[in-house]
Amino acid sequence: MAVDASSAGPALRGARRNLSAFFWRRPWLKVTALLGPPLAWLVLIYLAALVALLISGFWTSDFFTGKIVHDWTLENFKQIFSLSDTTYLRIAWTTIWMAAAVTVTDAILAFPIAYYMARIARPRTRALLFVLVLLPLWSSYIVRVYAWRVILQENGILNWALHGVGLPDANLAFTNTSMWIVFSYVWLPFMILPVFAALERIPDNYLEASADLGARGFRTFRSVILPLALPGLVAGSIFTFSLTLGDYLTPVLIGGANAQFIGNVVFNNVGVANNVPFAAAYAVLPVLVIALYLAIARKLGAFEAL
Amino acid sequence: MKRVKRRYVGFAVAVAALLAAFAVPALSVGASQGGTLKMIAWDGYLDAKWVTPFEKQSGCKIQGKVAGSSSEMVSLMRQGGGSQYDMVSASGDASLRLIYGGYVQPVDVSKIPEWKQFHGPFKSPPNNTVDGKHYGVSLQFGPNTLLYRTDKIKNIGNSWSAIYNPKYRGKLTVPDNAIQIADAALYLMKTKPSLGIKDPYELNKSQFDATVSLLKQQKKLVKKYWTGSGDNAQLIKSGDAWLGPTWPLTTGSLLAAKVPVKEFIPKEGATGWLDTWMLSAKSKNTDCAYKWYRYISGPKVQALQGVTWGETPVNSKACPYMNKLSKGSCKIYHAAEPLAYYRSLYFWKTPVPDCGNGKKDCMDFSKWENAWTEIKAS
Repeated sequence: MAVDASSAGPALRGARRNLSAFFWRRPWLKVTALLGPPLAWLVLIYLAALVALLISGFWTSDFFTGKIVHDWTLENFKQIFSLSDTTYLRIAWTTIWMAAAVTVTDAILAFPIAYYMARIARPRTRALLFVLVLLPLWSSYIVRVYAWRVILQENGILNWALHGVGLPDANLAFTNTSMWIVFSYVWLPFMILPVFAALERIPDNYLEASADLGARGFRTFRSVILPLALPGLVAGSIFTFSLTLGDYLTPVLIGGANAQFIGNVVFNNVGVANNVPFAAAYAVLPVLVIALYLAIARKLGAFEAL
Repeated sequence: MKRVKRRYVGFAVAVAALLAAFAVPALSVGASQGGTLKMIAWDGYLDAKWVTPFEKQSGCKIQGKVAGSSSEMVSLMRQGGGSQYDMVSASGDASLRLIYGGYVQPVDVSKIPEWKQFHGPFKSPPNNTVDGKHYGVSLQFGPNTLLYRTDKIKNIGNSWSAIYNPKYRGKLTVPDNAIQIADAALYLMKTKPSLGIKDPYELNKSQFDATVSLLKQQKKLVKKYWTGSGDNAQLIKSGDAWLGPTWPLTTGSLLAAKVPVKEFIPKEGATGWLDTWMLSAKSKNTDCAYKWYRYISGPKVQALQGVTWGETPVNSKACPYMNKLSKGSCKIYHAAEPLAYYRSLYFWKTPVPDCGNGKKDCMDFSKWENAWTEIKAS
């Protein structure tokens, strides 16, 4: 393999040619070399973590010493899915319900904005709107959630404004309603962008054809625009749904006495109780929910809109 | 043949890289050296303000590791068979676990003259002293007092019953911590003697169930469970909450912000936390550890740490030094109260199955944790 300095140029070129010929003769090796690193990443780091999570869910933790007991048991899952004590099922239900509510809200809010951006706005307005939609993402998520706390709290901006026009207090702070508002706010850009992408792709002549066939605005919307925008809506909903499902900071900062989400239970079990196996077992639940959700989303063609 | 070899080389490189990734952190953890104290501490407990002078005068070096929770402290102390760290600033909900786990060694308090200056109840508290043996030296404490807005509540009375009173529905804020169950147990201990609660941290099944059901009632009144002193202060300041258990640190910050609040310890007494510097059973730096014990227990350093972190020194002579550092701080943090005040405090200790009646029928802390989740989800 030693290369003479004087013939380095041609030798290097030759080596390169050899290498490319080598790969050309073995297409499978080319594919392997190309996909190997990202696949290794996926398998080793991404999937391995998930598998480790699943496995440790079958262990228990000795509270007193903090040691993990490596005996296989279904105890954690029994406790989570217990029908006599439905604590953990109820928490999961609250979380899923909130994720669904936020998703629907964001879909309703995002559609008109995305429609205007994609089909009505001039390029300059559109660019401006893009900046406005993405602007909140430039600041930290925690700061934005805190800002909402300042708005909603008892002596906050909202109540101050209501007082100004002679209305009574809103009393929204630290309720499920406040969480719903804040979640809908923080995840809205993630809904607008895929819906925008889907709407932008609808050819103008479809709408003209619909009009030529005598359809009024609403009929065109229902029969042409909405079906074609649906994959975008579903794609956006994957973001809003899964982000809400996994969140735990908004409940801590904005939620009231009822604010206990899957993420909070996981956090408390890891950070306070040191019961990692139980946290792992509980974390499997949102994985299952999202898997189910993705399966439905795929049926609805959402992956073409991503 | 050549190709096969090349493939093996690639494989070997990958394996070597993987091994290196695992091996490097293992190698970088060295054995503790003489003259260096490796300490696990709460954030801020090893402040340069008092660590640097100690290093200068004792010749011992300090290497700190911040822990985020009591459970983390326990698992860190367990690492490497307990030989990794020399000392830990354990709170009452970790100290018994460390003692019964055999991770800490008894301390000879006769070598620490400053210990004699401690307020009586902190010399041998049950969360660091077992069978007359001192597994560490008390450091600082804080009571869980009852705080209220004086402009919103005129006559709060002198009982913890206020935080179970439907009158204050939606105006109550309570710490988000399973150890809070002890607060309710203490209230029941004083108000419902028929339950037979002797110690708010030692509850059998029926006592525990009664306490949990009281807390489920209380949950309906709670605006928000606070997660930290800042959270607590904001809730009270904004008027979203008017009352609830708090720490003197929070009251101090609210008073400084001119919020009309008052705090007191109701007639039933109160729970509180107490931290202890404990010494690893396998520590080889006991000389330095005793130097640290003497240093951190002295009134001046006690006052400095107390004022810096908003907690109360256990050394009874710290009061004048506190006032010198920050005017009125001795009173705010209750550093010079009569003995009865300290005796009315029930300090956190890990609930264990064995309540000393030989039956092991008490609810341990994992049950407390589960019940706390259940209460909040009710």
